[in-house]
Amino acid sequence: MTPILEAKNVSKSYGVYQALKNVSLKFFEGETISIVGPNGAGKTTFVNVLTGLLKPTEGDVDFCGKSIAGVGPVKLSQYGMARAFQLVQIFPLMTVQETIISAVISQTGSQYNFWSNAVAQKRLVDKAFEVARIFNLDKKMSWQASYLSQGEKKLLDIASAFALDPTVILLDEPTSGISTADKRGIMDTLMEAAKLSGIKTILLVEHDMELVAEYSTRIVALAEGKLLADLPPKEFFANAELEAQIIGKRVSHA
Amino acid sequence: MNARVKLTLLFCLGILCAAPYFLSPYHTTLLLPAIAYGIILLGFNLLFGYTGLLSFGHALFVAVGAYTVAILTSRLGIKNMEIIFLCAIGASIVVAVPVGLICVRYVRIFFGMLTLAFGMLFHSILFKFYDLSGGDSGIQVVRPFLFGQDLSSMDKTSFLIGPFFYYSIIILIILGALMWRIVHSPMGMHFRAIRDNSRKAEYLGIQVHRFRLIAFVISAIYGAIGGALLVIPVGLADPELAYWTHSGNIVFMTILGGFNNFFGPIVGAFAFIGLKDQLVGLTQYWRFALGIVLVMLVLLLPNGIMGLLQAKKRMASQEKAQ
Repeated sequence: MTPILEAKNVSKSYGVYQALKNVSLKFFEGETISIVGPNGAGKTTFVNVLTGLLKPTEGDVDFCGKSIAGVGPVKLSQYGMARAFQLVQIFPLMTVQETIISAVISQTGSQYNFWSNAVAQKRLVDKAFEVARIFNLDKKMSWQASYLSQGEKKLLDIASAFALDPTVILLDEPTSGISTADKRGIMDTLMEAAKLSGIKTILLVEHDMELVAEYSTRIVALAEGKLLADLPPKEFFANAELEAQIIGKRVSHA
Repeated sequence: MNARVKLTLLFCLGILCAAPYFLSPYHTTLLLPAIAYGIILLGFNLLFGYTGLLSFGHALFVAVGAYTVAILTSRLGIKNMEIIFLCAIGASIVVAVPVGLICVRYVRIFFGMLTLAFGMLFHSILFKFYDLSGGDSGIQVVRPFLFGQDLSSMDKTSFLIGPFFYYSIIILIILGALMWRIVHSPMGMHFRAIRDNSRKAEYLGIQVHRFRLIAFVISAIYGAIGGALLVIPVGLADPELAYWTHSGNIVFMTILGGFNNFFGPIVGAFAFIGLKDQLVGLTQYWRFALGIVLVMLVLLLPNGIMGLLQAKKRMASQEKAQ
């Protein structure tokens, strides 16, 4: 089976400090892969390398057979990979509809269409409503993004990434800043949205190990810049020593 | 644009067109720089209000337009105003593309300082290259042909409050409509996305530097066209047009009118010209008084005149709803 995304012997150094040490991984269609590890494990660097934001010092990253090492976010979105951030990233003065339409415009290549009103183009508006409906934002299309609740802002951030119709999406702590009670709701919405949008692979960076256990099909653990484990959740959580290394203590899970 | 805005706009345009019939020739000619600044500020606000880049050197492009009309009419004998506009557009693009390529890589104070530096560099060139620019004396502007019509037989006041006044209004309407289209197009939406969060915009596939450069060049074109219209009543293009205080006035006018509103900068241009005229008549310390107005504006009316009007409208509709 051909991997959709592949890190090949990736190393990344910042001066003398080596943040990633020869990491090789393959990500396949239909997978939800959680990337876990303690602080300073190299997760952020690995994710930034995987999403083309950082060029690896050594090695390469292939996405659908194409090298994406250091291509930057714009090219990455054109290739079919989207990313949502840990800290909410929205356009505060734009409405929900305009935010989602902005993504649809760049995805459809209609940004140089100068003669028509963006919010009057049926094709753009229909697509925006379609995405908003998945995230239960369709009732608030005319709301300015800054007036949404924290949870809705998070959903809008992710919804705009989904509007790019990506093949792979990277969700960086999608439930950070969300109350424990709402975390599961957000994750269920995300998983459902991914299914409906035809997203093939989900990369998840998450600290909440219960969510990791519940929603991942595979867990990749990093420690000190090295690949520590690449296992299905059952095997990962069956290894007490490994789990302790990642989170410092054993947690109970279903 | 809703019906109420359309009606207000038509009413304002009607009043403006009728101005020569109820205003004195002096006050009518006072409207000419306001119209020219209205065009300049439409472009400036695309950069500032819509794309989030505050330029302190925008007068550079006003001077490019002004010197284009001066050189073409008095040195090269080209007097057709439409050809002059095309040349001003070309000259502004030639200057704006390299300057923009450097400046748009930076934001906030760094962008402001870079544009200020380029503006002052251009001012120095105009000031020192005497053969090219006429030095501190500047270059005379000869009356141009409007729509191919030679109007040199008319006396100056009749020309300014008659054909030139209506010509300027036509240009303002055309460029205003064009700008309305730009800011409401998908491209305009990208400008606003970049203003609000350039990092997020990049991850949505928006080429931030490219769109900033497009906004910079469009604003330069508007600056040059406005600059070409600005110097015709005065009859002289001089280096002061590119000086940093002129760029400061452009920023002042935009803040006065309100940069969060499409029509704010145009309102700001008319308000500034009227205010300046009144203050100059009242006191020799008019700059001091303008400074106080600016301080009051920033402290009390950060959204400018249009912001105040919109807030009043909101309050009225809330009271009505209650």
